[in-house]
Amino acid sequence: MGKITIAQDKCKGCLLCIGFCPKGLIVIDEKLNKRGVKPVKFSRQSGIPPKAGKEDNECLGCSMCALICPDCCIEVYK
Amino acid sequence: MEKIFSHPKSLRQISTHYCAGCGHGIAHRLIAEVIDELAIREKIIAIAPVGCAVIAYDYWDFDCSEAAHGRALAVATAIKRLRPQNIVFTYQGDGDLAAIGTNETIHTANRGENISVIFINNAVYGMTGGQMAPTTLIGQKTATTPKGRDATVQGYPLKISELLAQLPAVKYIERVSLHSPQEVLKTKKAIKQAFQNQIDNVGFSLVEILSPCPTYWDLSPKAALDWIREVMVKEFPLGRIK
Amino acid sequence: MPKTKLLMTGNEAMAEGALQAACRFYAGYPITPQNELIAYMAKRMPEVGGICIQAESELAAINMVFGAALVGERAMTSSSSPGISLKQEGISYIAGAQLPAVIVNVMRGGPGLGNISPSQSDYFQATKSGGHGDYHSIVLAPSSVQEAYDFMSLAFELADKYRNPAIVLSDGMLGQMMEPLIVKSKIQNPKSKINKPWALTGCKGRKPNIIRSLYLGEGALEELNLALQKKYKLIQEKEARWEELFLSDAKIILVAYGTMARIAKSVVKRLREQGKKIGLIRPITLWPFPKNAFKLANSQTRKLANFLVIEMSYGQMLEDVRLAVAGKAKIEFLGRAGGGVPSEEEIISKLRKLI
Repeated sequence: MGKITIAQDKCKGCLLCIGFCPKGLIVIDEKLNKRGVKPVKFSRQSGIPPKAGKEDNECLGCSMCALICPDCCIEVYK
Repeated sequence: MEKIFSHPKSLRQISTHYCAGCGHGIAHRLIAEVIDELAIREKIIAIAPVGCAVIAYDYWDFDCSEAAHGRALAVATAIKRLRPQNIVFTYQGDGDLAAIGTNETIHTANRGENISVIFINNAVYGMTGGQMAPTTLIGQKTATTPKGRDATVQGYPLKISELLAQLPAVKYIERVSLHSPQEVLKTKKAIKQAFQNQIDNVGFSLVEILSPCPTYWDLSPKAALDWIREVMVKEFPLGRIK
Repeated sequence: MPKTKLLMTGNEAMAEGALQAACRFYAGYPITPQNELIAYMAKRMPEVGGICIQAESELAAINMVFGAALVGERAMTSSSSPGISLKQEGISYIAGAQLPAVIVNVMRGGPGLGNISPSQSDYFQATKSGGHGDYHSIVLAPSSVQEAYDFMSLAFELADKYRNPAIVLSDGMLGQMMEPLIVKSKIQNPKSKINKPWALTGCKGRKPNIIRSLYLGEGALEELNLALQKKYKLIQEKEARWEELFLSDAKIILVAYGTMARIAKSVVKRLREQGKKIGLIRPITLWPFPKNAFKLANSQTRKLANFLVIEMSYGQMLEDVRLAVAGKAKIEFLGRAGGGVPSEEEIISKLRKLI
């Protein structure tokens, strides 16, 4: 079982992390960050339900999101 | 829970000017991670290029210098000759290393200077607005090849790594990519090898990293990674070249 | 300090002078008429434990000097006119990043490929900063093989003191002539050089250092430039050097530097023997230009002296003399370039028309 933290004010909204999360646990936030961009957020963190059909998913701590993030926004815990 | 992925110490905790989805951010982080893991931060002297990464020294937390466009390897040569105890690396784009700096690249490699070279190949000149690079693909549209690169007029994409591999003093060349987390891990391994080679006095080591430029490829960040995987690696095959 | 007397070419004397001044890095590219310098360095530099690299180009050489300078070493390159043209970007970077470095130019005929005869046609390039941007290199002009040797120490000292490029401006004649030379027998210990806390040595025990000349932030580059201008003003106030002969009663003052000053001195001697009131101002620093020498020249004589500027060019130092004299006296000029050297007879002939 794992979790991630996202430094939302550094996020540029490239959305690469969303593309590589095998569990679909990263989503786009509704509010803008200080950069004027909608950053991503960890859906497990904020009590947002996961994608339809993936309700049983938990973060594996695989770190794919952190590896691909060009802005080093993500730290991973396991 | 235990933290298993951290922001590396050798990378400053500031926002970069790089575009969303730019490969520089990943490459900078990997270099910082490798330097932290090898515990060589206090020995590092880095040389930044002229290109989008011209202010790389604002993002790393170790000794770093600028260099005139293309001349990083001449600067590195002098530093390493005078201070072999330091770990010296250059970080260069395709214009810096394979256009204006080609002479310095070939001769530094030919002399076999014991340095590590990180070569960021994104097939375009980003900083100046998306002009053709030596590594631009045939048919690729850029600011100076609006109809697409034409081999009869602009020649072919330059495989500088393959050229350098012919030099006897060159000890390690590997081409890697950033188009997926798995490839990112392979890139990190290659960067680590290039630095370890310097520590072990093996000799001239170069890692060519295929890197996305969503802005000047006119693709979304995800589509840019796909373009590397589907198109770029066919022209620039991955793997150990020397 | 024990001394030895040697017979050496100007080029070799500059190399030996650099080593005596604890220079331990040289990078250069062969070009006539200074090839003796790089050959001498290739032999002598390893003997003193330094690094000598024959670089792949003039561009590589100046950038290697940049690299050597940024780690705190005394570093130099040498070339001749066309090669110095190639180095201009590198010199601008050295000035902008505030690094100390010494560049030797053994001037030859130009423009273009020119020829390998001596000239003084790179005065503008050296003193008006041939590279881009508002900067100045300190420029020293030796006039003998002894000065070619001595000025290397001075060049490194000034470069280190002000964190600035320093050019030693020689020419093909001075470079290749041989004269007796008094050298110090003991080589200066490089460890006794000035402390450089800004140098890149690896960030152990301190915050990381950055060497840069790029300042994108609002007002940041202007701040650097103001600091540079302040530095240049200080150098102009403190470091101007010149030699003067017979200024107290001269009616005509010759102005010449380097090889031309040797010829000018012969002319002064000959004409003084005939009772003619001729004097000489020999600038030693071409930048900062010794403006005060000209003010003094005109205040020492009760009548205004006139000037005859002689150069192996078509009038480059002439412009600085005009600025220094500021219209207070007449200035005549005699110059030849493209390999031509004004002879004593030509100069005397011109002077006879003026006296």
